[in-house]
Amino acid sequence: MIDRDELLHVARLARLALHEDELETTAAELSSILGHVAAIDQLDLDGVEPTAHIGDVSDSLRADQPRPSLAREVALAPAPAVRDDGFLVPSPQGE
Amino acid sequence: MAGAELEPVIGLEIHVQLRTATKMFCGCALGFGEPPNTRTCPVCLGLPGALPVANAEAIHYGLMIGMALESELAPISTFHRKNYFYPDLPKGYQISQFDLPLCSGGKLGEVNIHRVHIEEDAAKLNHAGASGRIEGADSSIVDFNRGGTPLAEIVTEPELGSAEQAGEWLRLLRTTLRTLGVSDVNMEEGSLRCDANISLRPVGTDQLGTKTELKNMNSFRFIERGIRAEVDRQRAIIEAGETVTQETLHFDPKSESITSLRSKEEAHDYRYFPEPDLPPVMITGEMLARASAALPELPAARELRYIEALSLSPESARLFAWRAELADYFDAVCAADKSLDRQLAANWVTELQGRLGEEEAEDSKVTAAALAQLAAMVASSQINQGGAKQVLDQLVAAGGDPAAIVADQGLEAVGGADELAPIVAAALEANPELTERLRGGDMKPIGVIIGEVMKQTRGRADGKEVTALVREQLGLS
Amino acid sequence: MASDIGALSAAAAAAAIADGGLARDELFEHYRARAAADQLNAFTWVAEAEPGAVDGPLGGVPLAVKDLFCTEGIPSQAGSKILAGYCPPYTATAVANLEAAGAPLLGKTNQDEFAMGSSNENSAYGPVLNPWDHGRVPGGSSGGSAAAVAGGLAPWALGTDTGGSIRQPAALCGIVGLKPTYGAVSRYGMIAFASSLDSAGPLTRDVTDAALCYRHLVGRDSADATSVAFPEPIEIPSSERLDGVKLAVPTALVEGEGIEPGVRASFEAALETARGLGATIISCEIPSAPYALSAYYVIAPAEASSNLSRFDGVRYGLRVEQAHLDEMYTETRHDGFGAEVKRRILIGTYALSSGYYDAYYGRAQRVRTVVAQDLASIFEQADMIVTPTSPTVAFGLGERTADPLSMYLSDLFTIPMSLAGTPAISIPSGLSEGLPVGLQICGPAFSENRILSAAHALEQAIGFDGSVTWGSD
Ligand SMILES: [Mg+2]
Ligand SMILES: [Zn+2]
Repeated sequence: MIDRDELLHVARLARLALHEDELETTAAELSSILGHVAAIDQLDLDGVEPTAHIGDVSDSLRADQPRPSLAREVALAPAPAVRDDGFLVPSPQGE
Repeated sequence: MAGAELEPVIGLEIHVQLRTATKMFCGCALGFGEPPNTRTCPVCLGLPGALPVANAEAIHYGLMIGMALESELAPISTFHRKNYFYPDLPKGYQISQFDLPLCSGGKLGEVNIHRVHIEEDAAKLNHAGASGRIEGADSSIVDFNRGGTPLAEIVTEPELGSAEQAGEWLRLLRTTLRTLGVSDVNMEEGSLRCDANISLRPVGTDQLGTKTELKNMNSFRFIERGIRAEVDRQRAIIEAGETVTQETLHFDPKSESITSLRSKEEAHDYRYFPEPDLPPVMITGEMLARASAALPELPAARELRYIEALSLSPESARLFAWRAELADYFDAVCAADKSLDRQLAANWVTELQGRLGEEEAEDSKVTAAALAQLAAMVASSQINQGGAKQVLDQLVAAGGDPAAIVADQGLEAVGGADELAPIVAAALEANPELTERLRGGDMKPIGVIIGEVMKQTRGRADGKEVTALVREQLGLS
Repeated sequence: MASDIGALSAAAAAAAIADGGLARDELFEHYRARAAADQLNAFTWVAEAEPGAVDGPLGGVPLAVKDLFCTEGIPSQAGSKILAGYCPPYTATAVANLEAAGAPLLGKTNQDEFAMGSSNENSAYGPVLNPWDHGRVPGGSSGGSAAAVAGGLAPWALGTDTGGSIRQPAALCGIVGLKPTYGAVSRYGMIAFASSLDSAGPLTRDVTDAALCYRHLVGRDSADATSVAFPEPIEIPSSERLDGVKLAVPTALVEGEGIEPGVRASFEAALETARGLGATIISCEIPSAPYALSAYYVIAPAEASSNLSRFDGVRYGLRVEQAHLDEMYTETRHDGFGAEVKRRILIGTYALSSGYYDAYYGRAQRVRTVVAQDLASIFEQADMIVTPTSPTVAFGLGERTADPLSMYLSDLFTIPMSLAGTPAISIPSGLSEGLPVGLQICGPAFSENRILSAAHALEQAIGFDGSVTWGSD
């Protein structure tokens, strides 16, 4: 149901490394889950609207009023790598 | 396709930072130029457990933009997640709008609007050189101060036909947004950013060629030059019998060159789905009334008022209305001298702008009061056109008071029979041959006589007055 | 008094403190010591001293909190290696509300990683043991919270429920667990699993404690746009009868395959008890129930795949250093996430990806609509729906880890309410083979007072004795 190439494509979108020895079992597990999930095909859903949010919230907007920001040391404290008061990352490629 | 004449088809995608007090989904104050990472909170850092709450004022500004662009406003507008990984995107998705944008359709000037939606800005990624952590690794530093700034994304239909038209229309859009007061619309600071979709098609057809996307051009000049360069590049490809590939491009204004932005073109799959953390936004009658009450006079209305109430020429009216800064300056000139002829004032404002290029009149050394004074001196014949232009040159260069410059340099017009008649008489006397021809009705040599008078008066005489005096002195009717 | 402290319910302890019979620090120290000596692996962090409790209606009764609630300056790891040692700069609204009402933080409890699991075996910090039988699972994902309360290591605890993660471990550990109406409790500061389904609620020894805790959990939070004000105050239940109450049993569902005979017997006995208290029992159907599980296993992973994208090694948590950005991302996420989390990220990414969205996510959202309609039409004829909470009692450690699908079936009875956003409670209905069985009572949105009242009446009549476990560990 899900083949190696599809699995690699999805893993790429999800930025999840899948090492060679994980491919086969992962594909099998996903296929089995997707096979089960495919049961929803049997339900007649003509004319049924999708539900994205349950419950009614009418007044969900926020007034445009500033609140204090975090101190920089606090913001940076959990970062794995910091330089020049910012979060250090490997540069994206191709730019 | 080779041989057929090709025309550009250009669509613009403009990201406008909204001038709210706080970010789109959190209470961090917006800022520009603060020290890095001092305007962040759990929400805009994408910390685990933090949730977005939409800024009512950003929605309000979005509605004002929609009204100004004559868009259809959604009764219910929803947010979606646009999923992709990038270090400037803390949550791994951008909260944007997808199938129910705030505004659909619309028109500004002659260009149709496709849609306007609200989203959050990315953070800033600064290149930092070698990482120092891993050999050979290149690194960047992320500053989240800008991350989460509210944006309105305005998308036009692909209807613009040239780089010049795109530049001119973008100025109108900028003026409109500035007038609305919803954004600083400052391209250098990045509060107005423009992407262009460009393709070519044979003239007279409506087929669409493969389009490329020119990213993030940050000044009007670069936009026009970038589009022109890309149109030329595509034309060369097509005329060589090859095909244009769909890609994202970057224009380098220094080298005038265009480069592909992504080395390996990655298939984009943003996996849009409704943002579960944000309930749909209901646009109430109250919200619409508030947005509508906040609308100022927009360029189209201003253009009409200039023509109807001030009797400006349609050319002057449009020039000013499409460039609010210039119109504001013109208004200031008129306010400085209420008796001034409006078209005369308009002509001198245009004259000034011609000398300034990209610089705005209000930022120049020429104050509105000085320009009004100069125009008034022309109107009362205290100074002639040529003299006035000399004064304007000096005002542009160094500012100052026009009357003082005129007095200092003796640029007053030489006029009236008392002053000018003897000079004309002397010029006729010094050129008996030409005087005879003139007397005989051949008016061709009049230019030489005028030139002589101008030389004597150092350009301060009025050509028409000289001609009249010649006729009078020679007894011509 | 000290020797009897552990026998007090949270409400009784609060009352004892209020009338001066019990010192607050004595109570805290009793639980702190027990939690620190934890044999169940229920805690991932335990306070070293009472954090200076606030005076309030919760009387200083200490609270155990599921690890995925952010607590300022205290590890909040959501059961994941990717958040090992992570201390957030802010506290979740639900925790802050209970602290402000007078419940000091006792410790953080173990859980399935990012709340994905039904056995608590998916924790980077090791499995939690069931206090009734240390060879069995406590259920999940709030397994640490359930085991801590059932094992007498905490008087009460906070958990979260996305597809059954409060109710199922409560059932398997023989305690009470309330999953609220969606939106009634703020999600701000809860590390998200599936945003449109996640709810925070109490795990307690009895229904009274659940009501007392829940009373201080509810409320509109301006930091959570999906939160709503509860329309009425939460009452402390006192009812001992069910006269006039109509209970609906989804017959086909509870008579289906996979339900253990002992669970069925306990459920039927509970129905008899309810009849004896004056309730009417009717039969009903949830035609969409078989599809609800499938829809859930699309919607929850889809939202999770997006919610977990922020764990990218840039701002916090684990990073596997690499020269190139993409390798840093992929290796960090490979090493930081456990197998079940990766499985669900992949399923969710697939379900949202171009070409599959309509077939999976789009359809699942439509099923959700039908499930909500099915429940709503039952509530036109009955006050509440009752089912067993879980088709089985606590199963053995490692018994289902090899087959993710069999694990998913644990949530068969709890998922419809999650999809519909309706409240449900699990209370112990008795024992099967010496292990607790849970009874689920579900009502329409915002019917918590009625559910708690019915649960209280049944609890009194059933007389389940959990003290066998909280007396010792
Ligand atoms: Mg955009
Ligand atoms: Zn912020």
